[in-house]
Amino acid sequence: MSDVSGTSTPEPAADAAVDEEVEPAVAAEVTEEVAPDPHALDARHEELVARFDAELGEAVLDRANVFGMPVLRLRRIDWRAAAEVAKGALDCDYLSFVSGIDWMPAPKEGGDDAGGDTSAPVQPSEVSYGAAGSEGRFQVFARVQSTTRHWGFTLKADVDEESLLVQSWVPVYAGADWHERECWEMFGFVFDGHPALRHLYLPTEFEGHPLRKDYPLLSRVVKPWPGLVDVEPMPGDGDDSSADGSAVEEGATA
Amino acid sequence: MSTTNPPLPEFDIDPRAFRHLADAQVGVELDTGDMILNLGPQHPATHGTLRLVVRLDGERVISADPLIGYMHRGYEKLVEFRTYPQITTLINRIDWLSSFANEVPFIDAAEQLMGIQAPPRAQYIRTILTELSRIATFILFLGEMGLQVGALTPAFYGFRDREHVLNLIEAASGGRFHPNFNRIGGIKDDLPWGWVNETRRVMKLMFDACDTFEDLVAGNEIFEARTRSIGIIPAELGAAYGVSGSNLRASGVDWDLRRDGKPYLVYPDLDFKVWTHRDGDSFARYWVRLQETRESCRMVLQMLDQMPAGPIMAKVPRIIKVPEGEAWTETENPLGQMGYYVVSKGATGPFRVKIRSASFSNVSILPWLLRGVFVPDVITILASLYFILGDIDR
Repeated sequence: MSDVSGTSTPEPAADAAVDEEVEPAVAAEVTEEVAPDPHALDARHEELVARFDAELGEAVLDRANVFGMPVLRLRRIDWRAAAEVAKGALDCDYLSFVSGIDWMPAPKEGGDDAGGDTSAPVQPSEVSYGAAGSEGRFQVFARVQSTTRHWGFTLKADVDEESLLVQSWVPVYAGADWHERECWEMFGFVFDGHPALRHLYLPTEFEGHPLRKDYPLLSRVVKPWPGLVDVEPMPGDGDDSSADGSAVEEGATA
Repeated sequence: MSTTNPPLPEFDIDPRAFRHLADAQVGVELDTGDMILNLGPQHPATHGTLRLVVRLDGERVISADPLIGYMHRGYEKLVEFRTYPQITTLINRIDWLSSFANEVPFIDAAEQLMGIQAPPRAQYIRTILTELSRIATFILFLGEMGLQVGALTPAFYGFRDREHVLNLIEAASGGRFHPNFNRIGGIKDDLPWGWVNETRRVMKLMFDACDTFEDLVAGNEIFEARTRSIGIIPAELGAAYGVSGSNLRASGVDWDLRRDGKPYLVYPDLDFKVWTHRDGDSFARYWVRLQETRESCRMVLQMLDQMPAGPIMAKVPRIIKVPEGEAWTETENPLGQMGYYVVSKGATGPFRVKIRSASFSNVSILPWLLRGVFVPDVITILASLYFILGDIDR
C-alpha cells in the first residue's frame, strides 16, 4: 500500500546483530500491482480508520493494510486508550484476540553447520518486521471487531524489551483476561492492570516463555526429526525436489 | 486445595446474599462454610479434560475457575517448525469434531498470501464439506444436550445421525474426523461417483433428525425447565468476552461471518438465513443450533444444485513458499469465530501463526456465567456452550 507513511528504517533490536537497512514493511506487497490491489480497504473500513484517526490519530505510529484489513501500530502508552476508543467510539464491541509476536529470527542450534533441527523450514536470518513495522523485538497485537457495523481492525504496539510492560485491556474488554494470561506465559509480557497473571496452559512451575523464538522446540532437540533420513525420490519422480509435503530444504543434504 | 480466584468483573447479584436461605434450613450454628468441588478433569459434560474448580455454598456456586491446559499441545509453536502443507494435519486436531472447517481459514490465509485462488468447484466442495462438518458437530450436540439433562436416548440418536454425515465426509476425503483434504490451491480429490445423490438423501435424514430432536428434546417440558432462563449471557458482555458463533447469536446478536465478514468460500452466492434468539439462555443456544443445522442442510442442497464442473486445483508451485506478508482470515466455524493470523517471511513455513479458536473465548466467560447458579445447572450451561477441549487448549 502506498499510504504507509513511516518508511523510515526502524532501529533494529539492540541484541540482534543486524545493521543493514531493514526493508520497509510492505515492500513485498507493492511489487505486484497487476490487478486491483488486494490490500485496498473497502469504504466501511476506510470510515473506521478515518474515525479512529479523528479520535486518536496522534497515537498511530505507522499503518498498513493487509488484505482489506487495517493494521495500526500505536504508541505503547496509548494501548489502552485505543481499546477504549475502539469500544466506545467505534462500536468495536467484540474482542477477537490479544497476542504477541517475537520478531527475532530463531537462533540456529550451534551455528549454521551444526545438525540441529534440519527439518524445520529455514527462515531468513535477518530481522524484518511485518505490516506497520516495529521498533524492537516484541510486539503485542490484538484484533477487535464490531458485531453491528461488521468492521474490525488489528492494533499493534511495540513492547519494551527491558520492562516488557503492556497496558492491560481487561478493564475495557473482559475477555482480554485469558488472552493476556496466555500472552504473559508464552512471551513474558507483563500486563499492567491485569487482575491476576497466572499460568493458563502451562504448569505453575514452568520456566521460560515457549513462544519466544529463542526457546527451542525441546522435542526436536531431544530427538531429531526422523523425516530427513528416509527421504528418497518418489517412484517415477526424476527431479531432485521430491518434497511432496515433507520438509526437505534445498541444500539440507549437501 | 487452595485456589486463589482472580477478582472478576462485577456481578450484579452477590451470591453470598443467598446465604440466609441455607441458614434458614440448617440453623445458623451449623458450619455452612464453602465447599470446593472439582469438576473434572474427566467429566462427561466437558468433551475432553477440563477441570472446573467450583466453590460452593450449599447448592449454589460462589465462584468457578476453569483450569485448562490439560490438553495443551502448543500448536502455535509446532507450526513454526513445519511447512505449510504439513500444518493442516495439525490444525485438524484443534476442533476435532469439525476438522474440515479448521483447515479452511488457514489454507485461505496461505492462498491469499500466495495470490492463488482455488477454482470454483474446489470452493464449492470446500463449502459443502464445511457445512457438513457443521451439521455433524451440531447433530451430536443436539443429542448430547439431552444427555446432560438426564435423557439418555437423544444422545444415541445424535451419534447415530452424525454417522451418516461422517460417512459422507469419509467417502469424499478418506477420513472420518481428520480429513486433511484441503490443499493450497484447491482440494485433494474430486467427489466420488454417486456422492451428490447420497448427500441429498442424507440431508433428508438430517431434516428428519432435526424434527426428532425438536420434538424429543426442545419440546420436552423437563428440558425446558432445566434450560430456560439458565445461564443467560448478555449480548454486550458476551461480545466483550469474545463469545462468538451460535452462543452469541443466541443472545440476540445478529452477526454471522458467513454473511457479515469478509466474503469467503461461496457463501456470497448462497441464500441463507442467520438465526438469532433473544433470550441468551441455555435453551436459546440449543434452539439456535437446531435452526442452524436445518439451515446448513438447506445450504448443502443449494450448493449441490449450483456446483459447477471444472478443475479442483489451481496451478501451484511444486515447493510451496509463501511470500513475505501477513494475513488474517476468519471463518464462522461450528463453534464460533475461528481465525488465523499468519505471518510469513517468505519461507516454506510460517514465521508465526496466531490461532484464534472459538471455544477458548467461549469458555472464558465461565467464571462470570457460573456465579450464583445451582450445581445441576453448571452441567447444562457447560453443555449448552458446546466447547471442544482441543479448541480451548490448542
